[in-house]
Amino acid sequence: MDWTALELSLRLAIWTVVVLLPVSILMGRFLAFRQFRGKAWVEALVMLPLVLPPTVLGFYLLVSFGRNSPIGQAWQNMFGQQLVFSFEGLLLASILFNLPFAIQPAQRGFQAIPTEVREAAACCGMSPWRSLWKVELPLAWPGVVTAMVLTFAHTLGEFGVVLMVGGSIPGETRTIAISIYDRVQAFDTDAAATMSAVLVAISLFTIAVTFSLSARVGRRLG
Amino acid sequence: MALEVMARATTPIPLDIEFRVERGELLALVGHSGSGKTTILRTIAGLWLPSSARVTVDGSTWLDSKSGVNLPAHRRRAGLVFQNYALFPHMTAARNVMAAMDSPDMREAERILDLVNLHGLADRKPAALSGGQQQRVAVARALARRPQTLLLDEPFSAVDRATREKLYAEIIALRSHLEMPVVLVTHDVNEAQLLADRMVVIETGRVVAEGTTAEVMCDPQALHAMGIREMAAMLPAILREHSPDGLSRLDTETGPLFLPTLHNAPGTRVRVRILAHEVILSRKRPEGLSAQNILPGIVTRIVPGAASGVIVHVAIGDHEILARITRRAAEQLSLQPGDTVHAIVKSMSVARDHIAGAPQESQTNR
Repeated sequence: MDWTALELSLRLAIWTVVVLLPVSILMGRFLAFRQFRGKAWVEALVMLPLVLPPTVLGFYLLVSFGRNSPIGQAWQNMFGQQLVFSFEGLLLASILFNLPFAIQPAQRGFQAIPTEVREAAACCGMSPWRSLWKVELPLAWPGVVTAMVLTFAHTLGEFGVVLMVGGSIPGETRTIAISIYDRVQAFDTDAAATMSAVLVAISLFTIAVTFSLSARVGRRLG
Repeated sequence: MALEVMARATTPIPLDIEFRVERGELLALVGHSGSGKTTILRTIAGLWLPSSARVTVDGSTWLDSKSGVNLPAHRRRAGLVFQNYALFPHMTAARNVMAAMDSPDMREAERILDLVNLHGLADRKPAALSGGQQQRVAVARALARRPQTLLLDEPFSAVDRATREKLYAEIIALRSHLEMPVVLVTHDVNEAQLLADRMVVIETGRVVAEGTTAEVMCDPQALHAMGIREMAAMLPAILREHSPDGLSRLDTETGPLFLPTLHNAPGTRVRVRILAHEVILSRKRPEGLSAQNILPGIVTRIVPGAASGVIVHVAIGDHEILARITRRAAEQLSLQPGDTVHAIVKSMSVARDHIAGAPQESQTNR
C-alpha cells in the first residue's frame, strides 16, 4: 500500500476543490442567469474535457506547460522550477479537466431557482451579493455540493492526464491511480488490490453522498 | 407626494402610458393578459427597462431615461407582491418578512404578520402554508420593506373564490394602515371596482380610459375595452340582520336592501354591486310590487347610452347607482336632474361574489 500516493491524491483533490469552489459558484451562476452571444460555445468549452480522451487533453497541457512554452517559461522565471512534472502543474491540469464537473451541477442548481424568487430578493432591497448569499446559495447549494463531490472523486480517479502532465514522481506527482498502475507493472498484485479497494470505497462513498443529496433537494423543492 | 409613471416601448410589447397615483390612493391597472399591465409594474419596481421611461416617487427619481437615472431594483423602495408570491422557500414566514427589512427585527416581523392576520404562523415555511396564507406573507414582506409604493401583481388570481373574498376584505381593512400610493394590476373588473379608488384601463399598452372607479364603470368606451356589456355601480351598505326566511337586511343611506343570506357578521360594511339593467325607476313610491328593494334617490345626470337607451345616475345619499332605461321611458317620465325617483332593485340581481366585506371600523368608502 502506497500511503504517500494516497496522501498526494487526497491533497490534490482537496486543493482542486478549494480552487474550484468559487469558480463553480461564480461561473455556474453566470452561465445560469446570463444570456449572451456565444454562450453555447462557452458552455461547450467548459464541457470539452468530459469528451476528449485524457491523452489529448494531457498532450495539450504538456505542450502549453512545457519549458519552451510562454506559460512554462513564465512559471520558471517566477518560481525557479518547471511547471510540468510538478505538483503545481498537476494541480493546474486537475483544475482544468475538472471544469465540467465543477460548473455543470452548480449551473443546474442556480437554474432551478425561479426567476421571480431572485427578483423578489432584489425587491426586498438585497444587493446582488446579498441575494447570492441569502437566497441563491441556500437554494442552489445542493448543486454546488454535488459539483464539489464529483470534482473530488474525479480527481482521485484521473489517470491519463496525470500521467501525461505529471509523470510518476513519488511524493510529487505519483497519485494513487498511477501507483496502482506501477504496482501492476511490477507484478505486486496485493498492493494494487489494496489500493484499488481503497479507491473504490472512497469513490462509492462520495457518489452515494451525492445521490442522497439530490434526493433531498427533490423533496425540498418538490 | 405621489407616484408618477411614464413608459414607452415598442418591444417586446408596445407600451405608451402615463399615469399618476396619489398618496394613500389605490389605482387599479385593468386590462386583458398581454395588455402590458404587468410590464408597467415591473418597470416601476426596476425589473424591466422600457426604451423610454420615467418613474418618480415622492419627488425622488427612480428612473429617467432622458437624464440616464436608473436605480437598480434593490435601491428602489417598492413593495412588490408577485402573482405567485415568490416567497423564499427555505425561509419561515417570519424570515421571509425580515428579509425585506433594513435591520431585521423579529418583533416587527410578528407585528406585520399580525397585521395581515397570520398570527401564530411565523415559524411555518411557505410549503406548509395555504395559498391564501402565502399571499398574506407576500403582502407582509412587501410592507416590511417600508415601501414608498406598494405594487400588487394579480395578487388574488392564485387562490380559490372563497379565499379571494376573504383576502379582498383584508386588503380593504389594511388600507387604513397604508399611506403610500398602491397600484393593483388585475384583469378582473369586479376586483378593481371593489378595491380601487381610481382605474386605468389598458389595451395593447395604451390607456383607453382613466378616472375614478365610478366614472370608468359608467364609461361605455371603457366597458367595451374591458369586454363587459353590463354597467354597474357599487353601493356601500351595512349588514344589519339575518332573517329566518333566508334574507339578510342591509341598510343603505336611504333605505334597506334585502339579499339572500350573507355569511358575514351583522355590523359588517359591504359594497353591493348593482347592475344598471336590473334597476327600474319610478316617479312615485310604487306599491303592490313583488320587488322588495326600493331606494329613494335624486337624479343627478342622464347620459345617452348605446342605441335606444340612456343611463340615469341616481344619488343614493353620497353615492350613486345607475339605471339603464330606454330613452322613451325617460321621456315619458320627463326625468330631469334634481328630480326625486324611486329605484327598484330586484333582490336576486346582486350576486354573491359582488359583495366584499370589511370590519365596520375600517374605511371602506374612500
